[in-house]
Amino acid sequence: MLLKRIISDKLSGVWMLISLTAILLIPLFIIAGLYLKSTPLFNHQDFLRLISSSEWQPHKGNFGFWPFIAGSLYVTIIAFALAAPVCLLAAIYLTQFARSAMMRIMLPVIDILAGLPSVIYGVWGILIVVPFISKILAPAFNINTSGYTIFAGGVVLAVMCIPYMLNMIIEVFNTIPMGLKEASLSLGATFWESIKHVVIRKSYPGIISAFGLGIAKAFGETMAVMMVVGNSVQVKFNPFEAGYPLPALIANNYGEMLSIPLYDSALMFGAFLLLIIILLINLIFRYFIYRTRVH
Amino acid sequence: MHTNEISMLINEQIESISTNHNIVKINNLNVYADSHQILKNINLTIPKNKITVLLGPSGCGKTTLLKSMNKLTDLYKELKVTGNIFIEDDDILHTTKNVPSIRQKMGLLGQRPFPLPMSIYKNISYGIKLKGIRDKKLIAFSVEKYLKEVGLWEEVKNRLNQPATSLSIGQQQRLCLARGLAVKPRIILADEPTSALDPISSKIIENLFRSLKEHYTIILVTHVLRQAVRLADHVVFMYNGEVIEQGSPNTLFNTPKTQKLKEYLVDGN
Ligand SMILES: Nc1ncnc2c1ncn2[C@@H]1O[C@H](COP(=O)(O)OP(=O)(O)O)[C@@H](O)[C@H]1O
Ligand SMILES: [Mg+2]
Repeated sequence: MLLKRIISDKLSGVWMLISLTAILLIPLFIIAGLYLKSTPLFNHQDFLRLISSSEWQPHKGNFGFWPFIAGSLYVTIIAFALAAPVCLLAAIYLTQFARSAMMRIMLPVIDILAGLPSVIYGVWGILIVVPFISKILAPAFNINTSGYTIFAGGVVLAVMCIPYMLNMIIEVFNTIPMGLKEASLSLGATFWESIKHVVIRKSYPGIISAFGLGIAKAFGETMAVMMVVGNSVQVKFNPFEAGYPLPALIANNYGEMLSIPLYDSALMFGAFLLLIIILLINLIFRYFIYRTRVH
Repeated sequence: MHTNEISMLINEQIESISTNHNIVKINNLNVYADSHQILKNINLTIPKNKITVLLGPSGCGKTTLLKSMNKLTDLYKELKVTGNIFIEDDDILHTTKNVPSIRQKMGLLGQRPFPLPMSIYKNISYGIKLKGIRDKKLIAFSVEKYLKEVGLWEEVKNRLNQPATSLSIGQQQRLCLARGLAVKPRIILADEPTSALDPISSKIIENLFRSLKEHYTIILVTHVLRQAVRLADHVVFMYNGEVIEQGSPNTLFNTPKTQKLKEYLVDGN
């Protein structure tokens, strides 16, 4: 009896170890696989030129990824600039000012929004955001556009990210103990001063990690952005021009045009790049969190 | 130092020697939560420059009573407070004075320390700056003064810029006391201030209270009977939202009048 218990104890330990190793190894396999698959392209062009060149002419063997990287970054930055303040203010309002009944109504709504499939956000973008840009917003700046633009991508992405980041930031504010706010108030601070200097300050690491996860998610988001961003290979500073983000490149082209030499290798390299950039974003935000967690 | 700051300091000195014997007076205080009544018709007077101990089993409303005095009950929208609370003759529940200045008359010490998310130095200077004092030298002087007052100066003088959370719990609690004293309150509200501390740190806090009562009125919530016996000049026994008995520790502990207090004294010992 005892022996049986000891054996099952040991076995459960082994299983946990195996699952853990699998979790750790799978990403490594993915990175290694993508890297190996893109080596033919490395042999053809060096890495720096691949990521900095804007010439995308697969037929001539020119694979410049800069338009895709820039497109992704641009869409992500616009999305973040729109979503971050909204999330922060909404979370402050819901956790600090609103009655708890409001929170009870909002939380499930936010959860539902966060769970909607991205294609729905894409359709919403096509129906609302794209026409709004082409008919109202762009004409206001004297610009003529179809509406399928970087900016449309940014707006759709922002709306998609808001519930996701808001959820996390609300969570962060809710972990700040009441006693901390009371301490600040009892020292003579106003309610808003206490929120600004104490609640938000204490939440920095959490807010930053929510932002980091939001940006990483936004950078890799494919479907919704692809549907509204125009998908043309160019590097333009004007957000009312079309762009072509990296994930869209892979999703649009994989399985087609693979007869072109090195094309599949280039798409693999695109995926590899995407992975690396998202890892980088994670690292950068981890560093910020580390820097702010001191207090 | 600016002249208005000097005159401010002088005014505070004059105010604090005004000969008001009962610094806090509470009449018919009721606190209602959504569904039930937490405090029921509380009537209390709290003597100046003494340690008043609020004693009672947990859940009887001690914390709520303390928070009402500081208007921290405002934070909880579900709470409704009625009655009068006079702090130095100001009815704080009906006054037009601004709430931050009322709260600065009281230093709050919580059940566990809540250091602000900033450095040790800034934890103290935070409240001083909120009083409108900007003079760097005056602030530095006060920081040192109050850290000394709680016996923390020697321990932290070389690490003032480190986060307050790097201190031990006992040190954090003394820091919280110091930052409360730095806004020059008349009253110290302490809600079971030693319940999270080790015996040695608790002893330090208790000794501080003994010496602080010379200048401050201390209202100490505790459910530790022995602590009440050690420190109290005046005892208020609460039970289930009501004040059951109040008076000198001698009377209450030796000749309790009510059955509730008798039972509490027996079980507490
Ligand atoms: N914000 C609140 N809403 C509803 N009930 C509360 C609130 N705060 C305290 N109470 C209730 O009031 C009673 C007294 O609480 P408290 O003042 O914390 O007691 P004590 O400090 O003596 O342990 C408890 O039953 C508690 O559940
Ligand atoms: Mg309590």
